[in-house]
Amino acid sequence: MAGTPGRLRYRPLDLARWFIWGSTALAMAVLPLLFTQGFAVTLMSQMGVMIIFALSYNMLLGQGGMLSFGHAVYFGLGAFVAVHVLNLSSKGQIWMPVSLLPLVGGLAGAFFGILFGYVTTKRAGTTFAMITLGIGELVYSCSLIFTEFFGGEGGVTTNRVFGEPFLGITFGPAIQVYYLIALWCLVSMALMYAWSHTPLGRMANAVRDNPERAEFVGYDTQRVRWFTLIISAFFAGIAGALGVINFEIVTAVDNVGGARSGGVLFAAFIGGVGYFFGPIIGACVFVFFVVALSGYTNAWLLYLGLFFMLMVMYAPGGIASLVMIQVQLIARKRFGRIAPQYLGAAGSACLLLAALILTVEMTYKISVDSAEGTGMSLFGVGFDAGTRLPWAVAIGLWIVGGLLFNIARKRVARVWDEIQAEFLQERA
Amino acid sequence: MEFVAISLLNGVSYGLLLFMLSSGLTLIFSMMGVLNFAHAAFYMVGAYVAYSLGLKIGFFPALFLAPLVVGALGALVERYGLRTVHRWGHVAELLFTFGLAYIVEELVKVIWGLTAVPFKVPEVLDGPLFILYSTDFPKLRGFMMLVALLMLVAVYLLLKRTRIGLVIQAALTHPQAAEALGHNVPRVFMLVFGGGTALAGLAGVIGGVAFVTEPSMAASLGPIVFVVAVVGGMGSLVGAFLASLLIGILQTFAIALNWSLGGMLGFVGIAVDAQTPLYSLWQLQVSQVAPVLPYLLLVLMLIFRPKGLLGTRAD
Repeated sequence: MAGTPGRLRYRPLDLARWFIWGSTALAMAVLPLLFTQGFAVTLMSQMGVMIIFALSYNMLLGQGGMLSFGHAVYFGLGAFVAVHVLNLSSKGQIWMPVSLLPLVGGLAGAFFGILFGYVTTKRAGTTFAMITLGIGELVYSCSLIFTEFFGGEGGVTTNRVFGEPFLGITFGPAIQVYYLIALWCLVSMALMYAWSHTPLGRMANAVRDNPERAEFVGYDTQRVRWFTLIISAFFAGIAGALGVINFEIVTAVDNVGGARSGGVLFAAFIGGVGYFFGPIIGACVFVFFVVALSGYTNAWLLYLGLFFMLMVMYAPGGIASLVMIQVQLIARKRFGRIAPQYLGAAGSACLLLAALILTVEMTYKISVDSAEGTGMSLFGVGFDAGTRLPWAVAIGLWIVGGLLFNIARKRVARVWDEIQAEFLQERA
Repeated sequence: MEFVAISLLNGVSYGLLLFMLSSGLTLIFSMMGVLNFAHAAFYMVGAYVAYSLGLKIGFFPALFLAPLVVGALGALVERYGLRTVHRWGHVAELLFTFGLAYIVEELVKVIWGLTAVPFKVPEVLDGPLFILYSTDFPKLRGFMMLVALLMLVAVYLLLKRTRIGLVIQAALTHPQAAEALGHNVPRVFMLVFGGGTALAGLAGVIGGVAFVTEPSMAASLGPIVFVVAVVGGMGSLVGAFLASLLIGILQTFAIALNWSLGGMLGFVGIAVDAQTPLYSLWQLQVSQVAPVLPYLLLVLMLIFRPKGLLGTRAD
């Protein structure tokens, strides 16, 4: 028993943990000093919001085994409550500093988590997924009815700068907002990590893995799911309120709609739901896709969708599991042997990627964007999508890339199998 | 009376369209346990393929060919996508179809453009079929009902009266036994998935001309089809039929009614005006609430009768 007086407990300082959390905090503090452009700061602010949201989602999917298609409900309703509170506060009707607004969003999220969660968590598995989809659509279609609260199509706007500056902080400049988001992000990350080690967090894992056995041990599985969802909704609400401070506008389409629910699922899954840090990677990748790639191409959602599908089909553990496999190989001194094979696979995959981008962008140019002719440029090379040559190049890339990738894939598989066989021998 | 009759007809024809979609979804679910999130996406592909084919070979040949094309695509998706994912379990299959819905929508945008395409009703089906009291009932609506009923009969006969239907039913309830008797169950799965998506494609051809053929047509109809499948009872064809009609009629009536709670209170002598608390809530008309009704029905159903109208399994 922990904390029993008089018993000796040996607990070494977990250096690795302190190092990881310390360097995360340091990175969050230092990054905006290295990348000072406005674009980079916005990007990092959005990543911070998405990290909290994706981690809260992973509480359900990764740790509780609940696949939700409506998690945006808690994010969005948290955001809407926060924006109204912020507006009241700037009119002087109530007292609420901007820096504590995420708490309001979180409490609102938790409130709706209590309300909707009671219904949704009655069942697990596919039925849970369907009810969350239903609740998501329900709330979204309500947003078109209750226009006073949801602000109709234009949404609700706000202004984060009001009142007297506190220690010179007005939250006017984007960098101050970034540091606010970073601070909340770090605190939320730590709290969610700590939660996964509480009895409730452990029980959520048990209910995910074997609900029947958890019930026999004496736990009410519905209650475990419900409590998990409430806490998850709390953090989703925090993310929603931070989004309000960042953008100063909340619209129903962007915040409670199906796209937001789908987005957080993409982010968490791409990152990897099996590890705590998976969704953090996923959130960064996702925001990069959304913000950076959407500036270059209109088909960014297609690339994101294809990436997601590839992950579902071939790497259901997400980026995190791929990373952990390599870490294991490095630790057992086999990485050097498989690295050349990886390079070959990556090279041929790049050819396929180029073929895909070329095909998609040329089709797009012809079908959607041909009002001013079919001339276009990719990677700094100008050409005309209406002529045969670029199509021939695309087909060639598909064929050559496909053949090379097939060879490289087999080589990776062969070396991989050899290494696994060696591991087995070592164990025996 | 006129309002009731015409709304009922419209509701039934819309409900039958919903059934064309939900029947495929239900068949696939009861067979493979896969909730096909991309079902409405196949509906959309049906509409677009029929539009492109129709430009070359006319509407009616396209009406037959487009579902076949969609069904073939569905079979390919099952063979090379779903079957790969199957080993990771049901959640992965759900995620696969969920991602597929996104990809199909984006591909449609890339190929056919971001705006609606002019998929027109052929002249034969243009114009009123008959005039009820003083309202026209369009031929297209009648055609929609006819196709749906023909399809219903065809699917019923295929499942109940043919050998392949027998194998499908056997593989549905006792896959191992059917496999042991020498039937290729994975191929039956592929056929069912292809067949189900072909039905969605057929619905898409009709829905495409009846409504608008645009990239958001899948996303707007998809959730409704889910509601139908759940309310009817997962895996029950008859249940899906009843739920389709129920929701079709419910929605058609609801969007045409301007009743409100405030109005009802006024009827019994309580005046509601701008000073009443929650005035905007009291003034909400049924027609404004109409989009919420199917989801409300879904949530209520899942709370009070999770297995649906005629379903047999609750999880």
